[in-house]
Amino acid sequence: MAEQFSNREGIKGMINPTRYGLHRVAYWLQRLSGLGLLAYLIGHIYETSTILNGKAAWNNMLSLTETPGGHLVLVLVIGMCVFHTGNGIRLMISEGGKGVGKPGQPEYPYRASSLNSKQRLCIWVSIALAALAMMYGAGVLFGN
Amino acid sequence: MATVEVPKEQKVEPTTPAPAPSKPKTITLRISRFNPSEHAETKFEEFKIPVQKWTTVLEAILYVKQSLDHSVAVRYSCRQASCGSCGMKINGKPRLACYTKVSELESNVITVEPMNNFPIIRDLAVDFKQLFSTHKKMKPFIINEESEVQPGTKEFVQTPKDLEKFLQFSYCIKCGLCNSACPTMATDKSFIGPQGLAQAYRYTADNRDQGKKDRLKIVDQSHGIWRCHFAGSCSDVCPKGVDPAMAIQLLRGYMLGFRK
Repeated sequence: MAEQFSNREGIKGMINPTRYGLHRVAYWLQRLSGLGLLAYLIGHIYETSTILNGKAAWNNMLSLTETPGGHLVLVLVIGMCVFHTGNGIRLMISEGGKGVGKPGQPEYPYRASSLNSKQRLCIWVSIALAALAMMYGAGVLFGN
Repeated sequence: MATVEVPKEQKVEPTTPAPAPSKPKTITLRISRFNPSEHAETKFEEFKIPVQKWTTVLEAILYVKQSLDHSVAVRYSCRQASCGSCGMKINGKPRLACYTKVSELESNVITVEPMNNFPIIRDLAVDFKQLFSTHKKMKPFIINEESEVQPGTKEFVQTPKDLEKFLQFSYCIKCGLCNSACPTMATDKSFIGPQGLAQAYRYTADNRDQGKKDRLKIVDQSHGIWRCHFAGSCSDVCPKGVDPAMAIQLLRGYMLGFRK
């Protein structure tokens, strides 16, 4: 009842990328890739730490990760890493007030200068670079 | 006595045929109904209403109020996107009902709901208490010890270039659409929000103002400016071209020392 009354969208509304265009999609991808990379970092530390338990434990872990499923996860990690870096650089520059356009007299139909074509291009380039890196990674991992 | 000759009625053939009157189309308007004192949850009521190509969503709601169910609660005033009263979620996106034509939605079913991230008073009317209090916290006035109204003082000089730095952000009508679309507002109830942050920038960028230090201190808090992640949804929904996302990034530029 209290939540209904406050009418806050919550996490469901925050992660919905469909309503507000490319910038909201980039926001969603940035968050998703950030969480994915955090999960990978924790998993990776766990994986490499098994070497402390001896060669048998390490080989046992490799038999789990050196599989098509494990390679697929790595391909996703490559994509997340490249997108998060590319889009992250765009965000760092923009959040310093650069590349978001100049204030001026708004004119109908009031297209926001901060959501300009350079910003959109950077988002698309980040997505394209991630896709290329994933293709290259898949070639290397599944090629052998 | 002079006589005036009255010309005989002449039959003039029209060169272009008169446009045929457009037939009204019938659409379904789904209105979210919720009264906190009576209902436990929101329910939708459907109304079939006739619309023309120029009918706005607000006019459609008012048709329901006049002819079908007078108990629908909606806030509105100017009907021309100036007062910021009729903000609501229309087909899933925050918009001004008076500024949105039914025809531009390209759907025979229009769903209207109260704006998210604001407490519901009743049906489509939401509570703006938090928005207004946050707006006030940003000190939305010129802070300058040398008042131009005192005798013997001159007016403040401001060039068109100086004016351009903040003019856009002074067009805010406090409709709350930006706060409703913001993904941070969706989860953080203490976040200042794009409306308040844009207003902090509006006064900080004004060359007559000397309150920059105060305002930067107000927004530099745990639920302040650093919670914005530049999703741009606030600027996407703004009906006046205020572009709060730009204002927030420019304000951050001041805080990071990239702007003076």
